[in-house]
Amino acid sequence: MIRTVTVSSLALIASLSAAQAKTEIQWWHAMGGELGTKLEEIVAGYNASQEEYTVIPSFKGTYPETMTAAIAAFRANEQPAIVQVFEVGTGTMMAAKGAVYPVYELMADMDEPFDPSAFLSSVVGYYTDTEGNMLSMPFNSSTPILYYNKDVFEKAGLDRNTPPKTWAEVEEFGTKIMESGAAPCGFTTGWISWVQLENLSAWHNQPIGTLENGFGGIETELTVNGPVQVKHWENLKKWQDSGLFQYGGPTGGADAPPKFYAQECAIYMNSSASRAGVVANAKDFEVGYGMLPYYDDVEGAPQNSIIGGATLWVLQGRDEAEYKGVANFFSYLSSAEVQADWHQFSGYLPITQAAWDLSKEQGFYEANPGSDVSIQQITLNEPTENSKGLRFGNYVQIRSIIDEEFQSLLSGQKDAQGALDDLVSRGNVLIREFEAANK
Amino acid sequence: MKRTIFGNQGLPWLLLAPQLAVTLVFFLWPAGQAVWQSFLREDAFGLKTSFIGLENYAALFRDPQYLNSMQVTAVFSISVAVLSLGLALLLALAVDRMLASSRIYTTLLVWPYAVAPVVAGIMWWFIFNPTIGIMPYVLRQMGYDWNHGLNGNDAMVLVVIASSWKQISYNFLFFVAGLQAIPASLREAAAIDGAGPVKRFFTITLPLLSPTTFFLLVVTITYTLFDTFPVIHATTEGGPAQSTNILVYKVFNDGFLGLNLGSSAAQSVILMAIVIGLTVIQFRWIERRVEY
Repeated sequence: MIRTVTVSSLALIASLSAAQAKTEIQWWHAMGGELGTKLEEIVAGYNASQEEYTVIPSFKGTYPETMTAAIAAFRANEQPAIVQVFEVGTGTMMAAKGAVYPVYELMADMDEPFDPSAFLSSVVGYYTDTEGNMLSMPFNSSTPILYYNKDVFEKAGLDRNTPPKTWAEVEEFGTKIMESGAAPCGFTTGWISWVQLENLSAWHNQPIGTLENGFGGIETELTVNGPVQVKHWENLKKWQDSGLFQYGGPTGGADAPPKFYAQECAIYMNSSASRAGVVANAKDFEVGYGMLPYYDDVEGAPQNSIIGGATLWVLQGRDEAEYKGVANFFSYLSSAEVQADWHQFSGYLPITQAAWDLSKEQGFYEANPGSDVSIQQITLNEPTENSKGLRFGNYVQIRSIIDEEFQSLLSGQKDAQGALDDLVSRGNVLIREFEAANK
Repeated sequence: MKRTIFGNQGLPWLLLAPQLAVTLVFFLWPAGQAVWQSFLREDAFGLKTSFIGLENYAALFRDPQYLNSMQVTAVFSISVAVLSLGLALLLALAVDRMLASSRIYTTLLVWPYAVAPVVAGIMWWFIFNPTIGIMPYVLRQMGYDWNHGLNGNDAMVLVVIASSWKQISYNFLFFVAGLQAIPASLREAAAIDGAGPVKRFFTITLPLLSPTTFFLLVVTITYTLFDTFPVIHATTEGGPAQSTNILVYKVFNDGFLGLNLGSSAAQSVILMAIVIGLTVIQFRWIERRVEY
């Protein structure tokens, strides 16, 4: 009798511990819509692939909302193990030394095989410290490219297979398109800050800030009021006045995509990850793809574009067992199959050489012309200290300053030099505040 | 007259306790924390905290954006107060003169108050959207190129309309009640004495309505300073170029998006001081002129 009780209680304990053995790992992310569904699919694939861990993804809203939610949770000691943070939050995350668990340390501590050289340097360069250590796990990185309406190009008497290469051509093509009546507007763009200032600077090998765009330390200062940026913003103002350019609004530029989809603007610059949306919405016309335009009188242009998107940061303060699972999950995430699938579905860049090669092997780029423009553009040249990326504290706020100053420019309150000068001085105040708070 | 005297000193406190507890937990405690936070400088994660005294306040008053926000708030609050009180009074007077259908109109006019501010904001955002909205289309026919995405004045007009629209219902309801409380005999007597409608309004109706007007003024000003947040959030997000960035929105922006908690706390303390100050002024000076 006693034996049966012991045996059954042992069995009970065994079954309980089997149920408990599955360690749960919280992952807060900002992927809504189709991307969110795909993300959950990837996670389900991981959970089914092994017995020990369950990753639980939760959607926390926009990028800033997700980041602030995670920070608030950290302050309340209820942080998730993994949080997806957009690229402009990188400076803030990096400075939070006691709050983040750098990925290279995590992988080493957990004895997870990890080869940093397998990743594309132009992608991970943004998220490595000055000693070359990878601090976060790239997940969804993109870069802005140029989309154009082939049918409108043809109607305007242009070659339907030649996107504009330089800004002079954008002006020329745009004028032709408007004069011929093929479309009422030449071009529009998402993300003024990211595309028309940060990438513009990198693409022309112009510094965005001192100390290697802030990679060298938090004592950095903005320098985006150089001659190339001023000239470009002057042109944007001029083109807006003539109708060649239409403003799509602040931050992501929510009004820009409809202008392109409705064939109002013939050219559209935005993230390579907008590709899925463009393909889905461009029902009545054929879309062409090209690299970002450049000014051919600037020496060194085109250099290479820089990335945007988000990476996965690991937060401190969870159990050791969870971190083992996180490391294991990261290996799964960066495997060539998962990465290639995610890249091909979303238009985000493949983060490893293996995923890129696999996509080539599978014939994805031949079947989907234009889908490799982003990778070619980001790997066009070996990144310089001006085109590795950028890293500034309080950059979320500086991004809105960029939008505000651009609006002052377009509404005629300031000229390009004045707007960019004010942008730099206001931004530097925020960077100094950040420096003071993180000393 | 015999007064009831409660011998037990504890009972009043016991009866007050729930209300005091709510005030303590939901107002005094967080407000105290905000005051304390406003003296600190802290990184986003709360890893490094240092006491910096009044530096957050000093920085605010050096910041042209903050002074701009004060100015924007003044313009915004006064415009919303004037518009929503004025129109509400006009509508209330119109309803007061109607006999048969006044009830239907009253019901209809109260509806907007049931709409959540954020929904109201989105609705006005649609109506005035420069690309797809109907108002910019109409205005363009009339030769005005509406664009609140770039034009700060357009944006201000938009948020004032959107914020007033909701408050009109509330003010209207109180004005109707206030008007009904004025005895018709007073107005009739004045009419017999030969006073015209305008004279009757200014010498009889308006003074007798002053307690209502005063109450609504206090409520509306507080509304414009705090509750208009969702409207701004849904329409302009403080833009373009900070032209609609009212104080309460800036508190949110700097604290929750910018993660600068010290400055955000200092701003909320200043905002709290402004509201307390305004209410005190209203009760001390304006109330004296109110005839109950």
